[in-house]
Formats: sequence, structure tokens, C-alpha cells
Amino acid sequence: MIPHSALFNKPKDRTFTPDPSQAPTEDYHDILDQLEKEGEWEVHRVPEPYIEVKNKFGRTKKVPVEQTWHHKSCGQCGHIPGYSTSVFWLNRKLGLDYNDPTDQTSCTAWNYYASATSNAPAQAAVAMRNFAAAHETGYFPIIHCATSFGHYKEVRQQLIHSPELRSQVRKILKKLGKKLIMPEEVVHYSEWVHVMRDRIAEHQVIPMDHIAATIHPACHYHKLVGEDAIYAPEVYGNQRSAIITSTLQSLGVDVRDYSTWFDCCGFGFRHILVSRDFSRSFAVQRKIEVMKEEADPDILITHDTGCVTTLDQSQFAAKAHDKNVGLPVMSDSQIAALAMGAHPYKVLQLHWHSTDSKPFLEKLGIDHEKAWAEFEQVVDEIKAGERQSVTWEEVDV
Amino acid sequence: MSLDLSGRQYAHVDYDEKERLFDEVKGDLRYDEYLYGCYECGICVAACPSARFYDFSPRKIAQTMAREDVDLFYTLLNDSVWDCSQCFSCDVCPRKNSPGGLITLMREVAVKNGLASAQEALEGYGRVVYKIMATGTQVSPDMLQANAFPDWGPHVKDIAKNLEYWRKALPPESMNTTETSWQVDDKTIIELYLIWHMTGVMDMIKEVDEGLFMILQDVMEEKLEDAGYDVSFD
Ligand code: SF4
Ligand code: SF4
Repeated sequence: MIPHSALFNKPKDRTFTPDPSQAPTEDYHDILDQLEKEGEWEVHRVPEPYIEVKNKFGRTKKVPVEQTWHHKSCGQCGHIPGYSTSVFWLNRKLGLDYNDPTDQTSCTAWNYYASATSNAPAQAAVAMRNFAAAHETGYFPIIHCATSFGHYKEVRQQLIHSPELRSQVRKILKKLGKKLIMPEEVVHYSEWVHVMRDRIAEHQVIPMDHIAATIHPACHYHKLVGEDAIYAPEVYGNQRSAIITSTLQSLGVDVRDYSTWFDCCGFGFRHILVSRDFSRSFAVQRKIEVMKEEADPDILITHDTGCVTTLDQSQFAAKAHDKNVGLPVMSDSQIAALAMGAHPYKVLQLHWHSTDSKPFLEKLGIDHEKAWAEFEQVVDEIKAGERQSVTWEEVDV
Repeated sequence: MSLDLSGRQYAHVDYDEKERLFDEVKGDLRYDEYLYGCYECGICVAACPSARFYDFSPRKIAQTMAREDVDLFYTLLNDSVWDCSQCFSCDVCPRKNSPGGLITLMREVAVKNGLASAQEALEGYGRVVYKIMATGTQVSPDMLQANAFPDWGPHVKDIAKNLEYWRKALPPESMNTTETSWQVDDKTIIELYLIWHMTGVMDMIKEVDEGLFMILQDVMEEKLEDAGYDVSFD
């Protein structure tokens, strides 16, 4: 019988409580431990202090607070460098120990999903080489890109289920002088932002209570091996992944819903590079225009390389076709850093974005003209040979 | 463009050849995790971004594989798989299939066998493959050139003009680079080349782009030799 409460509760008020004993999958933690006992690999444990949260099926996931090894994203560092700079800036500002390695390659998954010019053993070996490199430093891997995050979870699944692949990759790593190391958790940086959100809010100096935002969750975060994604009862009643929304709510931002929340951004891997008409059309028609029409946000916040790229860069050409665009796009790390007083150009590096974020900065009371002049001053000094770079100390306001 | 499912365009291809490729997809160790049969319910299609803009359907992929329709498989292998966005929204499948995963396997087989359709799909993509295989980071700051991204806006021109200085103005020292997204150690690059060598990835490149293969071979063999490895990609 349908309970009476169902007639009175609005869907948005309903909370789903996952029961781990009813989960449709085996708990990967148990399998990782079992394979460690059998001598198949070593499990890299999440260092203390960590914060425990719940994943999609209500199982516990540990997220490290510090001693993190930052598996950077090629698309973020290369084309939206304020994204990763903001992640590091947050760590520094909160006084947390981290490692920014140069013994790290891309996950190579962007190329793989675009061109298929690779195979399962190569993909797994690249992943496990990076994990072994992290383990050698004593720091725990934290993955900046949602595609790397999704792909590494896929690799973990494949290695769990294929003794043949495990043995192949183990042999490859041995030739590189490395051991097969599997992290206890695959952690995405936005999960770290999520668990640190109250501490970030304690350091907030730019009020955001008058700001409305929409968010876009990355497909490779919550759809590809979706189990690891974090869910929380206070965010859409445990029915949608909690990251980004939780962070924004802690900063006082009004997060508004829209009907194509579940849709992809249109990135497409190969499409964004060689078939961009698809990416542009999808991003504008299925995401930006719907958000503007249904939610009228000041800003769109997302948490992945491809999503920031597609949703931001696709709006310029659409403007020429009189589309309803003009929505600034940032990552959760950038808006969190901005809330804590980070410089919009020296740290957030907003000049690498396509959309105009100046009206948004004005709404926050930030003098962007002054900030841009400060940035240009630094660039002029570099050009004149008066300085080589910008130090962290200069931007640690 | 509409997808011709009649199979007439591939009537000249031997059934045995089509079946060989079909069996290669089925033989991948991931296949059994990506297909459990198909309800033909279309839930994957509702979630699929590519289905909205192309004559493309993840249901057709799963259904064709589950029915073992070798002729239709060959048509999709050539005329459909490159439309997929690899977003894995179709993992929402109630049958626990991953049509996107099946497509990854099909693309791999298309590349490995040097299919003309795969070569065509990857035209213009060589530079990206070069970057990731040779330098360790897939995209790089110096790819941002106005002629490559004219639709992204005037800021791309500003970035290209100021690239060297704007990169130096990034506080993380690891990112003061222009040719790679961050500084990658030489030792790390060597390890990456050895992975490509041990997993046969270069053989795939040779099938789809001989020119790119030769460039990569030169770069990698020289660097490996300098590091004391006697490795050949031939
Ligand atoms: S692949 Fe899954 S979702 Fe798609 S039609 Fe088949 S059963 Fe339905
Ligand atoms: S992975 Fe491909 S088939 Fe699946 S939903 Fe995305 S675009 Fe569609």
C-alpha cells in the first residue's frame, strides 16, 4: 500500500536512505583487502587524519585531509590553469601538507575515449605507474580530473576481476622497478573540497548569500562506476551526488535546480577537439539555455576539466546566433578560493576563461579592474626580466 | 546524416571478415562485464547525448551485440561508433550493460585493424596522440592557437600572444611550462615509453597513421637509447 506520507511529501523533501546490505555490488574495500592478503598487491591506506563520508550505496568512504599527492589534469593545467592553482591555494591557505609531483603523467584516458589508440593493459599500467609513484612519496593520490577519476575506477574494476590483467600489469611494473599498489580509495579533489567545506566557510571573506548558482555534475564522476561518488541526505535527499552543491550551500549560495541536471555537457572527448559543432550545440541547447531559462543563475559551477571547458568555451559562438547564453563558468575550487579572498587573476586565472565573469565579480563587490591592473603589473615585470615568476607567498593573502 | 542500416554498403565485405572482427570484440576481457543481454527498452537512448544530435543509438549497439548480428555489427563498427561521446550516461542501463564500454571495445578493434573509417575518424587527431604518447600530458598550453579554436573567443588569441609570460605568472612552479601542461620528469617519460612498448600500443598507431608512427618511433627510440635502453618499436 502507498504510505499516506507519500501523498503529502513533495519529491524534493523526500530522503532516500541507502542500505549497504542491499547494495547491488560487492564492497570493493573487501576485495582490495582480500587481494592484498593473497599477495596480489599492496593497498595504499588513506592517511590519518581522514574524514568519513557515505558513497552511493551508503558504504563508508575515507577522504584524506592532507598528505595528498595531486594527480593533476592535463586539460586543467594546460587550458584552465586557475582551476588547479585554486586547489593548491586552498591547501596552502588551510595550512595542509600536499605534494605537487613531476613524476606524474596524464591518465591518457582523454585520448583513449577519443581515439581508442590504446588498450586495457596500457591503460592499467599508466594508472598503476602513477599510483606507485604516489606511494613512493608517502602521499596519498587525489585525482583532479573526473575522467581520470572515472577511468581509474574502471581500471580498478578490471584489475579486480581479471587475474590475467593483474599479472600482466604486475610484470610491466616490475620492469619499471615498481610494485603493484592499489589505493584504498580513489578520491576526486572535489570530494576533498566537499569534506573541507565547513573549514572553507570558516575562512570565507566574500559573502555569497545573494548569489544564485546552477551546478553540473561530471558524468565520469557519478555515472562511470558510480558507486564511489559521495551522497548525503542534506543534498537532494541522498538522491544525487552531493559534491559541489554541498560546498556552495556552505558558502551561502542558493543552488537552483533545472530539468537537464543529469545530462552530459557535450564534451565528447574527440568531439571537443575535432567535431566541436556537436559539443557547442549540446552544451548550449541542453545545458546553458535550460539553466538560464529555468533557474536564472549568476554562475555555473562544475568540477571537471571537460565540463568547465565545454560549458565555458561553447558560449562565444552561440552568442553570434542570438542564443540565450552569457553564464560565467568556474570550478568549485575556484569559487571556494574566491570566497576565501583569492585573487581573481593571479590565483583563479579567469583570463583563461571565455565567458565574462566581471558582472559576477561586481556582484561580489570585487574590483576587477584593480585586480587586472595588479596582474598586468606582474606580467610586465616578467616581460621586462625584473622577475622570473610569481611566488606562492605573493598570492597567500 | 542518416545511418544506413541496410548493410548494402558493406555487402562486398566477406562475412568471415566481419565475423573475425566481431569475435575480436567479444574476445576482449571486458566484454562480459559490458553486456548481459538487452531488454531493448531504450533507457540508454534517453540518457545519451549523441542520440540527440546524430542518427545514433546505444540500444542498437547493445541489441546488435546481444543478437550477434554480425552484418549489422560491421555497419555500426564503421558508421556509428565514432559518434559516441564516451560519457557513460548509458551505464544507467537496468540490465547493467555499458553500451559506451562496448563502443570503446569496437573502436579499439577498428583502430587495431586499420579500418578506413577509423583512419578517417582520427584525421586531424594525430597531434593530440603525439602529445600524450611523447610528452606525458595529453593537451598542452601551446595548443591554444586562434586558428585551432576560432569559435572559443578572442581570449584564445590573447593566451597565444602572452603564453610564455602568463605561464610564468602561475604560482605552481610545476606549471610554468608551455609545451606540456606541467613539468614531467625525464625518468617518468622513459617509464611511459616502456609501457607503450610492452603493451603493443605503437602497433595500433602504425595501423591508423603510419606517418605519426614514424615520428613517434624516432622520438621514443632516441630518448630510450640515451637512457640506456635498447628498444625498437618495429
Ligand atoms: S542497453 Fe540497457 S538500457 Fe539500453 S536498451 Fe538494452 S537493456 Fe535497455
Ligand atoms: S557513452 Fe556513448 S552511447 Fe553511452 S550515453 Fe554516452 S554518448 Fe551515448
